Amino acid sequence: MDNFANLIDGFGHVLTPMNLLFALIGVTIGTAVGVLPGIGPAMTVALLLPVTYGLEPTQALIMFAGIFYGGMYGGSTTSILLNTPGESSSVVTAIEGNKMAKAGRAAQALATAAIGSFVAGTIGTLLLALVMPQVVKFAVSLGAPEYFAIMLLAFAGASAVLGSSRIRGFAALLIGLAIGLIGIDKVTGQQRMTFGTAQLADGIDVVVVAVGIFAVGEALWVAAHLRRKAAGVIPVGRPWMGRDDWGRSWKPWLRGTAFGFPFGALPAGGAEIPTFLSYMTERKLSKRPEEFGKGAIEGVAGPEAANNASAAGTLVPMLALGLPTNATAAIMLAALQGWGLEPGPLLMEKQPVLVWTLIASLFVGNTMLLLLNLPLAPAWAKLLQIPRPYLYAGILFFASMGAYAVNAQPFDLLLLLALGMVGFALRRFGLPVLPLIIGVILGPLAELQGRRSLQLSGGDLSGLVGGPVAWVCFAIIALVLIWPLVGKLTGRGRGRGRGGDGPGADAPATKEVMA
Amino acid sequence: MTILVGYIPTSQGEAALAAAIAEAKAHDESVLVINMSRDDKLVDAHRAEGSDLDRLDADLAESGVTHEVRRIEHGTDPADQLLELVDREQPRMLVIGIRHRSAVGKLLLGSTAQRLLLDATCPVLAVKAD
Repeated sequence: MDNFANLIDGFGHVLTPMNLLFALIGVTIGTAVGVLPGIGPAMTVALLLPVTYGLEPTQALIMFAGIFYGGMYGGSTTSILLNTPGESSSVVTAIEGNKMAKAGRAAQALATAAIGSFVAGTIGTLLLALVMPQVVKFAVSLGAPEYFAIMLLAFAGASAVLGSSRIRGFAALLIGLAIGLIGIDKVTGQQRMTFGTAQLADGIDVVVVAVGIFAVGEALWVAAHLRRKAAGVIPVGRPWMGRDDWGRSWKPWLRGTAFGFPFGALPAGGAEIPTFLSYMTERKLSKRPEEFGKGAIEGVAGPEAANNASAAGTLVPMLALGLPTNATAAIMLAALQGWGLEPGPLLMEKQPVLVWTLIASLFVGNTMLLLLNLPLAPAWAKLLQIPRPYLYAGILFFASMGAYAVNAQPFDLLLLLALGMVGFALRRFGLPVLPLIIGVILGPLAELQGRRSLQLSGGDLSGLVGGPVAWVCFAIIALVLIWPLVGKLTGRGRGRGRGGDGPGADAPATKEVMA
Repeated sequence: MTILVGYIPTSQGEAALAAAIAEAKAHDESVLVINMSRDDKLVDAHRAEGSDLDRLDADLAESGVTHEVRRIEHGTDPADQLLELVDREQPRMLVIGIRHRSAVGKLLLGSTAQRLLLDATCPVLAVKAD
């Protein structure tokens, strides 16, 4: 019951006017960016990163968590109304949700999405509060070799499981690792890939990488594809549900939560797989399978619950192990490092107030989101009428200001532009963004742990595979890598053609909504 | 001669269309209805849906005037598009619907009606919604 007391304590810290204000700002911004396709929570958190270095870490994290949760709510609005998923995690919602909107049931679709998100988010956060301390207890006993193995597993998982192809995933990962290598080697003091440039000796700041890839890359991509016919306004009305809709929704909400949370908590989980699984399950279990494809409410309720539960699940490895499993979590970790806090199992011990306040703020934020989204859905839908040039001019302004603010070096602006080009190329060639960001942020940490274990074993490679945890991780990595081969030999596999071109929350998952 | 009318699915747009039809009937002229939706927005409230345009077509056919309904889907400024059409089609008159705008709204977004009134090379009939 220790956790429970801690959680109550966390509530005590959240319920101050300032913290509530930051939670409100977070969820408002989060919903807004969730609604807008192409602009996601990851980009927003990256853009706000430099601003928050002046804030208290707790307040900034409350805001970021609000943005993260809010993005999950907002994404469904666009999916349902426009058939253009605001986030890659709501790709599946669009399948049934948009059909419902076309049939004049937009209000019900939005209501089941918002209430389902609330239910799943609350259960998920509760599970987070229960599970996370246990994971921490387990994680403190892990040594450098185990960490190294877990990080390798995160790399392999993020690159191989998500995205349109493994080769693309690993290519993106390698670009990320290469960017992460730039700078002075912490062990030997050698300069790596700096080409004699003094400004590169400290490495490239994560803010510059994240803002370049997410914001500038996306802006260039949109600029290259600006011309698109506008859609007409879909009348929304006030979201509500009839008795029948409640009856059909509550089971999918719970099942979606059950899918979402564990997948979010796994390294390399993400929200795409559980939403898809939830959709498939609902279609199988439905008493009215003939409605699927024509706007079945179960097909909205399940996946929307799944993506919010997975958002809560994502925070388990992030807070307990310092492992990001999606882009937003990766950037939140970078923020922790920026404040001089070391993410990992010791975070709970050293900063219990921060961690528990953050978790308590998730409950508060979730409630705010329900109040903000249910009655105000028509207002959020109006955001879609903002002309894109205005939006992207603002984004580019914030991006350059943020990148410059990090070191006050004009050189960083050139880097930003170069990384923006890389971001554009990623989108052009369908490379997922997530492995790159994880490579940049986890790469140096993995290197540190790997070399530490090698130093412990005196350079003997067997030092890397010590302990059962490491064994399990390497076994899973091997399985992930060999799977396609096995699949080919047994004649199955490869059959799961998933839509959405990437786990990066900001990948332009606009065109390919699976049929 | 033709009468060019800028149509949007609002009461102002309907008023403009009604005025254009009355004008065309009085002088035995044809009507060219233009609906413009901007291509830099994801959703444009001024876009008339296909069913909307079909209804217009039917209404116009019923009133017995020669007519054409056209939708412009590219470009970012309806004023630019209409002015260009005025130059190209040389209509006798341009009919638009107008409404009150706040000073701030005009400052931020400009006024399409004002630009058309001042810059069109043909007479402009500005109609208010009832």
